[in-house]
Amino acid sequence: MNSPAPYLHWGFILISLPNLLLIAVMVLLFVVALIAPFPHNAAKHRDDDNE
Amino acid sequence: MSEASGAGSGPGPLPSAAGSPGSSSTGSSAVRDKGWTAALRGRLDGRLPLEEVLPTRQPAFVGSWVYVFGVVTIAALVWVLVSGCVLAFMGSAWWHTSNLGHFFNSIHFWSVQMFFIFMVLHLWGQYWGAGWRDGRAKTWMVGVVLFLVSIVTAFTGYLIQQNFDSQWIAVNAKDAINATGLGGFFNVLNFGQMYGIHVMLFPIALTLLVVLHIVQVRSRGVVRPIGDPYAPASGESVSRGAPR
Repeated sequence: MNSPAPYLHWGFILISLPNLLLIAVMVLLFVVALIAPFPHNAAKHRDDDNE
Repeated sequence: MSEASGAGSGPGPLPSAAGSPGSSSTGSSAVRDKGWTAALRGRLDGRLPLEEVLPTRQPAFVGSWVYVFGVVTIAALVWVLVSGCVLAFMGSAWWHTSNLGHFFNSIHFWSVQMFFIFMVLHLWGQYWGAGWRDGRAKTWMVGVVLFLVSIVTAFTGYLIQQNFDSQWIAVNAKDAINATGLGGFFNVLNFGQMYGIHVMLFPIALTLLVVLHIVQVRSRGVVRPIGDPYAPASGESVSRGAPR
């Protein structure tokens, strides 16, 4: 923990491994948020159907 | 003004009922509906009626994880503010030397990480969903300002850690900010200035902007999804509280 993080270097891109991993996790979370079904209140929908 | 608060019953909130010179006993309701306060009240009520501030029903498209990201951002901000208050009361010697101080310091730090992570996820969602459509440009712009103010607030937080890390950041940032010409106004080596900005000025600004952002979202409602087949053809853009 108390030492510099490993860095990755491609051309002009220089980024630490923890930062790269965090960005990857954020992108993954965003994609999951787009495709994962959002929980709905089934009872509420039944009420709506009865109206 | 009620009739019960006549002369001799003590200082009432409005002088007209006490029969002060120049007041009219017949037009009190008309007087109440004039002036900048009544105009502002009417304008606010027109934009966001009180009964729609906390809705019980929402359009179906509000049920999306993208909006959960925004709510989590606010939740993280609450943790940042609460832990920041504790740190401000106890001081840097406490947060660097005691176990409880380390704990609150870590709460503050990781809450900020969560705040930025979910703010960026919320930003991505609004960007790809074009959240500025249908008269919501001001909501988008306040969000952009919030993002920028958050960055400066976090930066000043790094500067006031009172450790070697903050000194290293401050010395490097001093060079950069001098190059912009702002070094005379925003001196990152001045601990007192950075501390005041971080614990008072920017948190108040951030909180007020967040409140404004939420009121803006409530006043126009959440933007309809792109290509929404249920969108009315009449061009109706306000979707607050309207169930579908």
